[in-house]
Amino acid sequence: MASTEEIRSGLADIVNEVAGIPADTVQLDKSFTDDLDVDSLSMVEVVVAAEEQFGVTIPDDDVKNLKTVGDAVAYIENAQPA
Amino acid sequence: MSSARVVVTGLGATSPVGGTVTDTWSALLAGTSGARVLEEEWATDLPARIAARVAVEPTEVLERVKARRLDRSGQFALVAALEGWADSGLADADVDHDRLGVAIASGIGGVSTLLSNYDMLRAKGPRLVSPLAIPMLMPNSPAANVGLAIGARAGVHTPVSACASGNEAIAHGLDMIRLGRADVVVVGGTEAAIHPLPMAAFANMGALSRRNDDPTAASRPWDVDRDGFLLGEGAAVLVIESAEHAEARGARVYAELAGAGITADSHDIAQPDPAGLGATRAMRTALVEGGLEPRDVVHINAHATSTPQGDVAECLAITNALSGETDHVVITSTKSMTGHLLGAAGALESMATVLALHHRVVPPTINLDTRDSAVKLDLATEQRTLPAGDVAALNNSFGFGGHNVAIAFRSA
Repeated sequence: MASTEEIRSGLADIVNEVAGIPADTVQLDKSFTDDLDVDSLSMVEVVVAAEEQFGVTIPDDDVKNLKTVGDAVAYIENAQPA
Repeated sequence: MSSARVVVTGLGATSPVGGTVTDTWSALLAGTSGARVLEEEWATDLPARIAARVAVEPTEVLERVKARRLDRSGQFALVAALEGWADSGLADADVDHDRLGVAIASGIGGVSTLLSNYDMLRAKGPRLVSPLAIPMLMPNSPAANVGLAIGARAGVHTPVSACASGNEAIAHGLDMIRLGRADVVVVGGTEAAIHPLPMAAFANMGALSRRNDDPTAASRPWDVDRDGFLLGEGAAVLVIESAEHAEARGARVYAELAGAGITADSHDIAQPDPAGLGATRAMRTALVEGGLEPRDVVHINAHATSTPQGDVAECLAITNALSGETDHVVITSTKSMTGHLLGAAGALESMATVLALHHRVVPPTINLDTRDSAVKLDLATEQRTLPAGDVAALNNSFGFGGHNVAIAFRSA
């Protein structure tokens, strides 16, 4: 299982790849839309890439609750296969 | 319709022979071919394994995140449009964006995006299909993205008429200005169809040259040994504006966009009318609309794709359109060097036509070793100069579906 920091770091690389946001600015307290300017289509790409990388499933109904990087990291952490 | 004069004030291109207008034009004058053997694994089993890829990859020019949200056809269009926009001087000018339009065509659209997402769908399921696929693959995506980049709000259009699309976009922009709907329009075409599916399909129609062992000799318009076209890729744009608008801002004018002629053969879905009647009417209409006589025409950049039928039919049409007054007309096919850019062909070749009038020099047709005896016209096999004074030139584009679009330019 990946640690919190490993998930944050992996997610930061995905956000950088998809949206061009510098990876070091992708911190737990940052909002995807308000702070990082990740638009809705890019968010879909981020979620699908994260599912692939961490071996989790994030249903669309749950995606709308992932406001911050911290929300996403916590979700992935809980959803990871044991 | 008003009789507003319309002029060309900016040019942009990314082509198989150069990443910019300057590099493309130098290469055309030098007779440089952009053709090569496709080394990709997917090309191995294709009957035609040669093509003319762009000289400079758009990802070397565009910002990475911008590029990954565009189909390759959109990348080409954006590169060419930004160059043309800067070249016109409008990038740094006070522009009325409500009077700025775009008409950028594509013959095939975002085929690479469509098919790569289908590959992903088959391999990994619907979840992995990109949420960006639709805004990337829709045929109007290049025009829309160019419109976004320059802030065009007078209307953004994507005419589709196969290999006549680029010229139809130019004609559409001309109409927009003459109808009073815009002062400035970025017009042109883009194409990125070097992918195994369209290449297999074109080859199975018998349309592509199979000179796999000698790619730079494959595109040979009017030569007795021509055996089909060479597929090219890239984009070109012209920035056109009302002469009044250009004059008011002291713009540099390359040439006047004098007129356009659009006709349909109504003969066959893929074969040109052997008598070239539709092509003849297109050229005549362009001349009439531009207030030009056959004797004014000193140069034609022909459609001439290097197919056995089309090249000869076009020459017949040229002779008829000019009522036999062809002795003073220097004709070339720059497709001998760039290959056939389908929906971008008319745009790239109109750019070459404009530069030929501007610099008074015509690029050669390469590979024309033994001319087809059915062709009696003056074909440029080397660089040729054009006379001084007020002269005119035509660019022809014809497409599957029987579309014919001729564009007439007058020297500035």
